[in-house]
Amino acid sequence: MKEISQLIVQASSDIASADNIAALDQVRVSYLGKKGLLTTRLKELGNLSPEERPAAGQLINDAKLKVQDLISARLLALEVIQSEAALKSGEIDITLPGRGQQQGGIHPLTRTLREIEDLFTRIGFEVADGPEIEDNYHNFEALNIPETHPARAMHDTFYLGKDLLLRTHTSNVQIRYMKQHKPPIAIIAPGRVFRCDSDMTHTPMFHQVEGLLIDEGVAFSDLKGLLEDFLRNFFNKDLQVRFRPSYFPFTEPSAEVDIMGKNGWLEVLGCGMVHPNVLKNTGIDSERYTGLAFGMGVERLTMLKYEIDDLRLFFENDLRFLNQF
Amino acid sequence: MKFTESWLRELVDVPVSFEELTGQLTMAGLEVESVTSCLPEFSDVIIARVENIEPLTDSSTLKVCVLDAGSVAKLTVVCGAPDVKVGHCYPLARPGATLPGNRSIQITTIQGRVSEGMLCSGRELGLSEDDSGLFELPQDASPGSSLAEYLMLNDVLVEISLTPNRGDCLGMTGLAREVAVLNNLDYSPAKIIPVSNTIADSRPIRIDASNACPRYCGRIIRGIDMNACVPVMISERLRRAGIRSINPVVDLTNYVMLQTGQPMHAFDNDALQGVLHIRQARQDEPVVLLDGSKRNLTENTLVIADDSGAVAMAGIMGGQLSAVNNSSTTIFLESAYFDPQAIMGRARQYGLHTEASHRFERGVDPDMAAVAMERLTQLILSTCKGEPGPVTEVSNTDTLPPIKTVQLRADRVRKLLGSQISDQRISLLLDKLGFGLTQTTTGIWQVQVPSYRFDISLEVDLIEEVARIDGYKNIFGTAPALKMRMSTPDYSRQVIQDISAKLVARGYRESISYSFIDPEIQKYFVTTADKATLLNPISIEMSELRQSLWPGLIQALLYNVNRQQTTVRLFEMGKVYLGKEGTDEVRMIGGIIYGNKHNKQWGILDTSVDLYDIKSDVETIIDGLSLEVTFSKSSDSALHPGQTAEVFSGKTRVGVLGMLHPALIKQFSLNQSVYLFQLELDKISSIKTLKFSKISKYPSIRRDISIVVDEALESSSILNVVKTASSEVLVNLELFDVYRGKGIDLGKKSLALGLTFQRSSSTLTDGEADEVVGNILQSLHKHFGAILRE
Repeated sequence: MKEISQLIVQASSDIASADNIAALDQVRVSYLGKKGLLTTRLKELGNLSPEERPAAGQLINDAKLKVQDLISARLLALEVIQSEAALKSGEIDITLPGRGQQQGGIHPLTRTLREIEDLFTRIGFEVADGPEIEDNYHNFEALNIPETHPARAMHDTFYLGKDLLLRTHTSNVQIRYMKQHKPPIAIIAPGRVFRCDSDMTHTPMFHQVEGLLIDEGVAFSDLKGLLEDFLRNFFNKDLQVRFRPSYFPFTEPSAEVDIMGKNGWLEVLGCGMVHPNVLKNTGIDSERYTGLAFGMGVERLTMLKYEIDDLRLFFENDLRFLNQF
Repeated sequence: MKFTESWLRELVDVPVSFEELTGQLTMAGLEVESVTSCLPEFSDVIIARVENIEPLTDSSTLKVCVLDAGSVAKLTVVCGAPDVKVGHCYPLARPGATLPGNRSIQITTIQGRVSEGMLCSGRELGLSEDDSGLFELPQDASPGSSLAEYLMLNDVLVEISLTPNRGDCLGMTGLAREVAVLNNLDYSPAKIIPVSNTIADSRPIRIDASNACPRYCGRIIRGIDMNACVPVMISERLRRAGIRSINPVVDLTNYVMLQTGQPMHAFDNDALQGVLHIRQARQDEPVVLLDGSKRNLTENTLVIADDSGAVAMAGIMGGQLSAVNNSSTTIFLESAYFDPQAIMGRARQYGLHTEASHRFERGVDPDMAAVAMERLTQLILSTCKGEPGPVTEVSNTDTLPPIKTVQLRADRVRKLLGSQISDQRISLLLDKLGFGLTQTTTGIWQVQVPSYRFDISLEVDLIEEVARIDGYKNIFGTAPALKMRMSTPDYSRQVIQDISAKLVARGYRESISYSFIDPEIQKYFVTTADKATLLNPISIEMSELRQSLWPGLIQALLYNVNRQQTTVRLFEMGKVYLGKEGTDEVRMIGGIIYGNKHNKQWGILDTSVDLYDIKSDVETIIDGLSLEVTFSKSSDSALHPGQTAEVFSGKTRVGVLGMLHPALIKQFSLNQSVYLFQLELDKISSIKTLKFSKISKYPSIRRDISIVVDEALESSSILNVVKTASSEVLVNLELFDVYRGKGIDLGKKSLALGLTFQRSSSTLTDGEADEVVGNILQSLHKHFGAILRE
């Protein structure tokens, strides 16, 4: 059956030269289809003698298998080529910018407030809230600042009425909280505060976080340890911190806390041991319990942290500023 | 408080460098605010005495002055100062001298006369702001010598900021005592020997307000020479402390105040009539003060009065009519102790703040009055001559502050400070500070407080003194011990953070604006008559408490639009202040969107935001909270009447959203639409209790229908009817198209609804689904005359 082997040679050459899947299918039909060359040969087996038929049939079937294999292999190869071409044509400029809604952001002061809250709540402090419109008692008198006290002049107070003012610090929350809770007390009170002062370094509204810890045996050394820890964690570096004697009517001893900046000491917060009069005013036994309190300016901490040089930026809401946070 | 290094060192000779000294002050609570060199910005300025003056020409105001400048040859300068006088000494900038501002002095010729330098004013030398005349020098100045040396300018000016509790350091004596203690030195102020009187004159003193004025010392001095010059050391110390020179008596009074902390006053004795009364003012009693202002006093004000009426506001300011002036010859000196309670707040009440009131408010040593009187007398006699009368002292031992004794326990010191300080060190430090200690038992003292320490009345005050002087740096940080206890989390804080995270993800930036705003802007957004206004605002634009977050958001928007921003999304969380007094504080969240939906970018067409964008933002906020809300058409004076929706949770109004009224868009000169929302945080902030519902394993069937309804029909009513008509098999409902135009009659609109049906217990058949759709269509037709769009 020399003819069969020639057909195989011919088929393999046709298969090899089919350069796409459709052409290959044409080749398949021409050999293996209903009227294909090999199919026809198989049909013609009837013309042979019964003795010749098995051998010839075997030969043709082998040839069919052989051609089928060649086609399958070629198909695989063509598919690879085709998918490569398809991938090639799917290539795009991956350096074009992504599309869609741009992300917004929270205000840097909110960011700082959350960081402070996070650091203190992590060690057991609770966040307390209080009114922004206050009376003289909660803002001043209960904090050991009687009406004529020179320290009142340090608070340029906005008044709404004779006994109605915008709180000058969040220390009012201290008083309200101490009246409602028994020691141990561990709170921070973040919020807006107001002072009648407006220039390069003062805005008439700013934010404070007040902290208060009252329990048996709370000492000034705890105040130092706590605030040193806080400042190093807030600024995330091993800062030089110093406590400097100062005066607040509601704490004693009182201190200002400075950190070492690029050009020397920078005042960052005020603190002290809760004054016995304040404890007394809120019904807490000042012999049994002692407390520490601190207050920090959120704007100041934020300015130091992000190297912001103008306080007024915080309230202009300029997107070129806000977009940086 | 300002003083020079040399003055402090003269009082207490501490063996430490200047830097150490200022460091010690700061770390003892006497904060050094600034340090300024006294060295002048001039060179080659010497002292010259004017020997002769003649006018340059007949008509000129310029004068030719012949000067003795120390050398044999006299110098000639042309000078325009009106006050130049023969025989007086002035600073002379010689040719070659430099003055502040790189001004150099040369020989010049003025109208034919050679001028060999310039006589200078305080301002020209950079020594004061005064340029009304020449910087006149005392008679002891020697012509030819260096001005810088004569004025002892090789010195450093220190300014310390004193906290209100440390009135005792408002005099050099107190400061020196403090510095001595810090350096472990003993300090005893120079003894003052009383001046014996040479005349018998005195003025009767009557104290009617002995609580306010427990002690008053007075003395007459006759025959004062008011033309005398105070020694240059004193005038320089005053100048550097920032105290203006008035006349020799006033200058010396001020000097003794700086020295001792005791404010004093000198009256022109001839202007006083009869008995000197110290009493409370009568209501509306008039007094003309030294500064020329006329005040009508209130009864809470203490005055010094004579038979004619008030002549001074005690402890605050003297009166003009009785003031010592250049023609006074007899003076009456006052040195008194006024109770801080009688002075506190009074100066402020009249808009005043003086060196005297500053000190008396904080407390002046009651034992200093007599001492300072003697010191002042000595200085006046040596400068202005005169004949002193005896000191008349009126004291009331019942009203003078009692000597305070405070118990101090060493254990309490250690416990409160968390330090290991020894008993011995505690008593040593307090002893040096002038406290008198008596040990009652080991580690417990009765501590007697010196008369100058008004800030010490409790044990804790003493503990602070110990900590302060020993140094805060000697207390080492410890970790506070808190008993662990789990507190209930504050969910509203969580909600606030979640909401802001959602808005941030949707492109919003958080803004923070002032709580007090411009009434002119607020009026567009808030129509209620009840508004709280500050009594003392910074400006009218910041005078009204906000009742809405929108004015602040609008201002932030305008700020950014004016800076070429084309896409703005801002939100703010904060309180608004409702009610007549603003005391109804309500936490709000508000937002504003404007301009393009997206930042300009490839592949996305510029489209402007509309109401449905901000509605979606509000829906996103609400999603995840425990409330279901409905939006209903509403009106709001600031919003477009056809694009305003109130947000309700059940019957409770929780907020509003809408498009800014076109009239306001024009008012604010904007050229695109603005959309706003505002929600009341406390009405929405509760976290949803999440509960899982089973996922059906049976297949779902989807049917899309388009219906045609009247244009005016609200889509929410259609959706409600669909839901009601379709029982529980409707698991999802989408409104995915709204169409008007070709194929739809005018006044009608077509809505496309996607319906997904599914049952949880068995497979839903197509037939069942068709039946439900049939019910829905029937119901829609019945309610709204809706027809299926073919």
